[in-house]
Amino acid sequence: MNLRGALFPPCGKKPPRVAIAAALILLALAPAAAATPQTSINDVEDEVMCPICGTLLELAESPQAERERVLVKRLIAEGKSKGEVKDALVAQYGPEVLALPEGKGFDLSAYLVPALGFLVAAVALALGVRRWRRAGSDPPNRNGAAATGPNDEDAERLEADLARYDL
Amino acid sequence: MSTRAFLAFLAVCAVIGLLGFGLLNKGEAKVAVGDPAPDKVLPVLGGPGQGSIADYRGRWVLVNLWASWCVPCREEAPELDRFARRYRNRGATVLGINVQDNSDDALAFLRENDVRYPQLRSIGDERSAAFGATGVPENFLVDPEGKLALIWRGPVDEKFLREQVAPLVKGNR
Repeated sequence: MNLRGALFPPCGKKPPRVAIAAALILLALAPAAAATPQTSINDVEDEVMCPICGTLLELAESPQAERERVLVKRLIAEGKSKGEVKDALVAQYGPEVLALPEGKGFDLSAYLVPALGFLVAAVALALGVRRWRRAGSDPPNRNGAAATGPNDEDAERLEADLARYDL
Repeated sequence: MSTRAFLAFLAVCAVIGLLGFGLLNKGEAKVAVGDPAPDKVLPVLGGPGQGSIADYRGRWVLVNLWASWCVPCREEAPELDRFARRYRNRGATVLGINVQDNSDDALAFLRENDVRYPQLRSIGDERSAAFGATGVPENFLVDPEGKLALIWRGPVDEKFLREQVAPLVKGNR
């Protein structure tokens, strides 16, 4: 059957029911297809490891990596999303296959420790800056001079020196 | 010790403890002849159900860690299959544990090499670590009590099976 003829019959002819049903099915499937994002080997390769080689899959060239790549390509050809591909790889090779550790259990420390370190460094820096600024603006001392300025004795000597050199 | 110094000391201890825990977790086990064979219930490769070395208690078990991409594994497979058939009714079996592999490739390997002895599957490298294995293939003879009787970190051939494994198996029937 000519599909174009079936879907767009000449004027005056009603489209056959089969064609209408097919069009409706296609319309119904379209959002589902859009909801499952397609992925590519390049998109997956930089997020998974070749566990035997100990490097990212995209950098590995060993026979083991090639087998893993074949598996990824097959899963993509089956229409699996990136998440599904990664789940399948974990089921085959274990969690070590993920380049980024999972955010649970001990692996959570991979995210928490740097964040904690950053927080501690930021607090230490803020405290240091605060102390430094406070030191720069200390209140005047008992003689009324600023803590960092010359005291009376120094001031008198300065005056004497200035007078001596006639400045 | 001031409060600040004490907190800094605690922080340093926490970081060192964390690093130590991580290293210990990743560390490989060391096994020796006479030790109980590292065992775990594993899925049967390509089939339903599970299995373990303990399922063969009372028999000698030659545990073979292998992977489909490993060339020496391909070379030793026919010898292991011959040994398994020869000793099937003489108190010994070969048990393959597929490691560092994906199951499709592993099953294709078994078909291509006509391997018939039972096979389990380790997810990733977990079983290699348990046996302290650094590669594949590695072979471990487990006695009828479940203890390691022989450790061979490499491929086996007919001579090795005849001279090293067979005498142990025959001597304890």
